[in-house]
Amino acid sequence: MNKYDAIIIGAGHNGLTNAAYLAKAGLNVVVLEKNDYIGGAAVSRELQEGWLYSSCSYVCSMMRQAIHRDLDLGRHGLILVPYLGTVNFGDGDERLFSYHDEEAAHHELKRHSPHDADAMHRFQTDLTRYSQLIRKTLMRTPPDPASFRPRDIMEFLYLAKQFWTLGEKELYEYVRFFTMSAAEYLEDYFENDLIKAAMASPGIIGTALGVYSPGSSYVLLHHVMGDVDGSIGAWGLARGGMGAISDAIAGAVAEHGGEIRTNAGVQKVLVKNGKAIGVVLENGDEITARIVVSNLDAKRTFTRIMDKSDLPEGIYERAKNFKIRGSSGKVNIALSGMPKFTGVPENRYLARGGQGFSGSLETMERAYDCWKRGAWSDDPFVESVIPSAWDPTVAPAGKHWMSNFVQYCPPELSSGPWTPEKRDAFGKSVIDKIERYSPGFRDLIVHMEVRTPHEIENEVGLTEGNIFQGELTIDQLFFNRPFPGYGQYRMPVKNLYMCGSSTHPGGGVSSVCGANAAREILIDLRRTNTVPVDDFYDE
Amino acid sequence: MTTTDPYAGERLKLSPFYPRQEVLNIREAWSAWNGYKFAEYYYDAEYEYFCVRNQCATYDITPMQKYEIRGRDAEVMLNRMVTRDVTKIGIDKVAYCVWCTDEGRMIDDGTIFKLADDRFMLTCGSPCTAWLAKSAFGFDDVTITDVTDDLAALSLQGPTSCAVLKNMGLHGIDTAKPFNIMHFPFHGESLMVSRTGFTGDLGYELWIPPELGLKLWDELYAAGEDYGIQPYGEAATNMARLEAAFIMPAMEFNEALRTVNFEHDQTPFELSLGWLVDFDKPHFSGRSALLKEKQRGPKYTLTKLDIEGNRPAEGSYIYGNKQCTKEIGYVTSAMWSPAVKANIALAMIMTDQLDNKMWAEIYYEKELRQYSRIAACTRKKKPFWAPSRARATPPPDC
Repeated sequence: MNKYDAIIIGAGHNGLTNAAYLAKAGLNVVVLEKNDYIGGAAVSRELQEGWLYSSCSYVCSMMRQAIHRDLDLGRHGLILVPYLGTVNFGDGDERLFSYHDEEAAHHELKRHSPHDADAMHRFQTDLTRYSQLIRKTLMRTPPDPASFRPRDIMEFLYLAKQFWTLGEKELYEYVRFFTMSAAEYLEDYFENDLIKAAMASPGIIGTALGVYSPGSSYVLLHHVMGDVDGSIGAWGLARGGMGAISDAIAGAVAEHGGEIRTNAGVQKVLVKNGKAIGVVLENGDEITARIVVSNLDAKRTFTRIMDKSDLPEGIYERAKNFKIRGSSGKVNIALSGMPKFTGVPENRYLARGGQGFSGSLETMERAYDCWKRGAWSDDPFVESVIPSAWDPTVAPAGKHWMSNFVQYCPPELSSGPWTPEKRDAFGKSVIDKIERYSPGFRDLIVHMEVRTPHEIENEVGLTEGNIFQGELTIDQLFFNRPFPGYGQYRMPVKNLYMCGSSTHPGGGVSSVCGANAAREILIDLRRTNTVPVDDFYDE
Repeated sequence: MTTTDPYAGERLKLSPFYPRQEVLNIREAWSAWNGYKFAEYYYDAEYEYFCVRNQCATYDITPMQKYEIRGRDAEVMLNRMVTRDVTKIGIDKVAYCVWCTDEGRMIDDGTIFKLADDRFMLTCGSPCTAWLAKSAFGFDDVTITDVTDDLAALSLQGPTSCAVLKNMGLHGIDTAKPFNIMHFPFHGESLMVSRTGFTGDLGYELWIPPELGLKLWDELYAAGEDYGIQPYGEAATNMARLEAAFIMPAMEFNEALRTVNFEHDQTPFELSLGWLVDFDKPHFSGRSALLKEKQRGPKYTLTKLDIEGNRPAEGSYIYGNKQCTKEIGYVTSAMWSPAVKANIALAMIMTDQLDNKMWAEIYYEKELRQYSRIAACTRKKKPFWAPSRARATPPPDC
């Protein structure tokens, strides 16, 4: 007799979401977390007294409002707030201000290029159209293209119907879009270098692709298809940092009677007669359950915590070759005051947005070249946010913390393994870049946390530090995610499921992977579904 | 050469805070309230709403009508006028009140500040001079003065509001309980601070002679600089008050003295404000009508609804069946609540239909085309937004 119906490995936000929905259906669940804190990559950590870093993920847009609402995360303490303008910094003195107000934003674009100011309308319209379509697939299980089951056929019909609403011309464009590079896609709209760089930057965040690599246009779309309260493409901050999201979901898990254990790293998934029956913890304890759900990435699940001999033919190899390349770094900085940037007016609303040190497409591509060579760039692309400008709970009054996401940072260096010295040198490259635009920035630094793929992998457990739990390229998306034939959350070993970002719809703090997996599990266990259908703004 | 402005008679009055507001109203989004030029919003309504929920923000309540009621008979006079027992209000305490016609229809709502045994301040949304005069008829020692223009007032609302006031030097403000009043010396005058507001969140209202208005603004904004202080306007107020399920004139209720059509005004019972009507106290305006109403039960009841989907049910009818043939009520205010993540509304529902299932017929526009959807409604018993910090003394993080 099992004490538990389900074991969920990893208390990241998707694991917690999965647990919440299974517990809500009346199942007895336990979430096992290797660290002494929960949240995985959606975490707030006080590494310097008074400062609360969102150590990994730092902004939120993908979180499905239907889940937020259904699990009543507001009551569990979560509040998500959209942030305002952004400043993009050119290679030289050029600055592009993305004002919150539509008129002001247009006027600002016009200052750079009247052509691009007009083109922006068409660009936003096209992207919104693509987003609307892809958003409809998020909270649905991808159909299996090789299956003739009525459910899969019906799902294909649903998709065909949705896609057909685009009209013939746009349908061709859409299919083409998926295989394009972000730079080439933008070429069709814009002429100004800084505008192109600013618009292209979501196309490289988190991915081992360059702005000119085919497939980066989808990564761009992946970053703009979320919303905050129905405003598509908007990004928000969680009050109390990203850990507030995990904590709220953990609140929902507890409310429905689920259990969460920290310091409980899983060493191995137990398989008997081709069925997952439980896990062995790092301390040797065995826990059994009807089903096992892995929130770890696909590579880690099948090559680290499973025995090759327990897997059907070919799965180990697939997992080993799963594309999950580390490409990003993160530098979290505690500041004694608000940094000032040259060429940026002291507009308090602009300071409540983000900074994009994007430079130009050329600069971004050169940074990618460094990554390919196994080095970090002296001139990296950095996306920064100063959450404390908005959130009074993450830094002492008058002090600030700045999140700096760095593209690119290689998982392995050509010069040999990562060392603390090399990590600090990487951190310095980021500070140097910011200092270029904010003289005196260095003097404001109180504390700093530098995270290369090495730290992200070892602390969070994301293979190579890949933030998406696997590249978002078309060969690893939708029914191909994580592997062809396993796109419906059920894994090659019976009673084993996956619920992390290695599954559809991929990376981002969305809770969708966890919720979708729960829906499939509840079908298999013949329980009433507890996962809501998506709630659209009647797009 | 200076000329007289021929349109002077039609121009709006300016609040004592206007010189600062003018600079901060980047969007030039002005409307009017009781003859004052008044911000609809300053930068962005939703941003300002989030400042109220997340940091702190100020709302100019100078245009709110303020009356000083003095004299030995001030208390009995007020007690005769409003439905709540005024004798139960302690000194330096505030009470929310409503007052009604003899027919029990609501004239307005407001707050009574008891400043001394013979000195009160009454605030309300609309001018009330004539009704106050009528209510004072027959009382010997009561003087009513309209002090609206003699008292500048600023509401400071949001989770960091207490920290800001403390930072401004208002020692002990963290000991003020909800509806308490405290007085602080301020440049030779007295700054009155009440722990009141219209947002359902932690917040205070600051009352000062108009000459010191700008000084107050500047000191408050200097103290609030690191706490995200921001002015907010009517639009954000309306969002916050709806989440707190507070009623608004011309939305939830039609002032009785301005209601042409029979019973198109409301009783406190219809507005779910029965708790404000005290039948144990001496006679008051509308008592017998309200007693009858209480025994019979109100025809309509203001109800909090959580509606499926996310299109605000603005102006929707509420039906007792999904086919939308059996009308049982109408929505008075509706919005998507970003903090609660729910599609919320206040609605007047026929009292005998309250336990039925309800559907709202929601109309909306998408790129010039009209759409509609029928959405199931769930009745909520508690306000949509009621954080514990709004009631805690001392407030958290202060």
